[in-house]
Amino acid sequence: MNSTFQFISFSDPNVLFVVLGTMILGASAAIVGCFSFLRKRALVGDAIAHSILPGVCLAFMVSGSKNPFYLIIGAFITGWLSLLLIDGITRTTKIKSDTAIGIILSVFFGVGILLLTSIQHSGNAAQAGLDKFLFGKAASLTKDDIYVFSSIAIVLVIVVVLFYKEFKLISFNPDYAKVIGLPVRFLEFLLATITVLAVAVGIQAVGVVLMAALLITPASGARFWTDKLSTMILIATLFGAASGFLGSYISYIAPAMPTGPWIVMCLSLLTIGSIWFAPKTGMLSKFRVQKENNRKILIENVLKLFYHLGERTNGFKDERSTTALLETRDLRIKELQRGLNLLKQSHWVRKKGENWVITESGLTEAKRIIKLHRLWEMYLNQRLKLQPDHVHNDAEAIEHIITPQLEIELEKELNYPTKDPHESIIPYNE
Amino acid sequence: MISIETHNLTVSYNKRPVLWNIDFELPTGSIVGIIGPNGSGKTTLLKAIMGLVPTSSGYVKIFDKDLADVRQRISYVPQRESVDWDFPASVMDIVLMGRYKKANLMKRISKADLEIAAEALEKVNMLEFSNRQISQLSGGQQQRVFIARSLAQGADLYIMDEPFVGVDAATEEAILNLLSDMKKEGKTVVVVHHDLQTAKDYFDWIVLLNTRMVAAGPKDEIFKEELLQEAYGGKLNVLSKVGDLMKEKAFNVREK
Repeated sequence: MNSTFQFISFSDPNVLFVVLGTMILGASAAIVGCFSFLRKRALVGDAIAHSILPGVCLAFMVSGSKNPFYLIIGAFITGWLSLLLIDGITRTTKIKSDTAIGIILSVFFGVGILLLTSIQHSGNAAQAGLDKFLFGKAASLTKDDIYVFSSIAIVLVIVVVLFYKEFKLISFNPDYAKVIGLPVRFLEFLLATITVLAVAVGIQAVGVVLMAALLITPASGARFWTDKLSTMILIATLFGAASGFLGSYISYIAPAMPTGPWIVMCLSLLTIGSIWFAPKTGMLSKFRVQKENNRKILIENVLKLFYHLGERTNGFKDERSTTALLETRDLRIKELQRGLNLLKQSHWVRKKGENWVITESGLTEAKRIIKLHRLWEMYLNQRLKLQPDHVHNDAEAIEHIITPQLEIELEKELNYPTKDPHESIIPYNE
Repeated sequence: MISIETHNLTVSYNKRPVLWNIDFELPTGSIVGIIGPNGSGKTTLLKAIMGLVPTSSGYVKIFDKDLADVRQRISYVPQRESVDWDFPASVMDIVLMGRYKKANLMKRISKADLEIAAEALEKVNMLEFSNRQISQLSGGQQQRVFIARSLAQGADLYIMDEPFVGVDAATEEAILNLLSDMKKEGKTVVVVHHDLQTAKDYFDWIVLLNTRMVAAGPKDEIFKEELLQEAYGGKLNVLSKVGDLMKEKAFNVREK
């Protein structure tokens, strides 16, 4: 608890730098990542991240210092070069973009590791810590880093705000943007530039290997919560910043824990959470709909048992034992019990001793379902020209989903038939 | 007056010409159908006219000017399947894209733009769907959204790629009504269409295409047995062989 307080109070300025730094990085990457995600260029971010390593090494070799400003310039140059090469390869050769990305990513990364190893063996004392670019060095961010990161983040946000609507269009339909005369090449250049920038600063926190996660996961998680691009970008930014905060917090209270990987872990949890819990699009809400459907099908099928027995014996309201009910349909006894209990809650059946009786409102409901079933059989028979012995199974499913509105349309279109294709009477409620 | 002129237009993919020397002039104020079998280069022709694919020879003039000078007067309705409809945007967002222009770069959408977009949506009977997420639309509704976007642009020349493919009867009728309204206003509409049955009813000018231009002119002159036979009777054997050869030898369609 004590360390939590120390963390939140930022009594140690270094903690403040780390937290601010990772939050800014997470947020910047998330903003541009939304466009990479929507343009289906998720892997391009990965390629840029790997291609940045040789740039960082070269910048160090030329400048001889680890000043973040020089390193970012180096990173920017090779990052951009990789983009140009991927684009050039796909345009001029038969190689498709996924292969081009794979080639560039590994070649650049290979060169980067080569340079890094040679620097490490050069005996230059200033090189210590350069290898942090591989896995990030979030825990040792300094004041200078924060200045560089926040200026880049500000530039990035300004560019996205200014060109928001154009970026939206080129992400959705670039051909249309070209036809109406927008400077698409310039816009793409701009978008690519801010992506390279975001990656170049982002790898300082999580490193080359995990960078793609910082770029793409916030966007993919945010997409579940909204259908509006501006809201999606906001949520993604929040995810990015929150993961930065949580990642640094976890690595603070558990000192053996690395910050970068924890940032990515938090992001992944947020995204997995979104996949599960998002309203409507989330898995949980899909399960709920499925469960609701199954419930509806079960109680409607049990109601139909009463009706079918009633048709046979000419007494709809007679008492029925569970054994009698089970005779007309292949249903497990447990399912039947569950259906009957659910029906009882809606007062569509009531219990009499050991037996069950359908109520007046239950009978009305049963008639409605039987009617839909038989109307649908009629429709299949007449409109889809299906033989009467081929229509039953289809109607078993469709009867549960037809809305009152469609019911009226069906009746009209079939001209209020009185019998289904098997000559059973279609019950209309008076 | 002439809306589109193509002069000896040749377009190649990987050196193999997919359109050979297309040469025609289309009148303004008419509904033009570009007709031909699958793989005859209809979409490529549209893209070449709009500068979306590089041409290997010849030129295109629109309203007697170069494309760059008249872009604002041209509107494009792409094939419905050419975009991902799962994009996070509402119907209104898409139609407003018709109001984007180079001069509006970095500017916000104005109130007038919103009004124009709403008007365009009303013309295609989609105003009540303004706030609907685009992935929840039917195919026909998506097509109408694309047409509304193009209407919002207020162009003089409309270029539509297969707008009648996979749409419901209501959409088909809405599009046809729009076409005749546009004609009354003196607009030119060029439509890629693959269905020969309906072409005669929809259009008043026809370009018959099968990698080369078979014929272009008023529909009554074009709908003749021998011309249709020629267009739909397969590709010219020698022409395809020369095309294959050019690809194989990486040969350009012009000497220099």
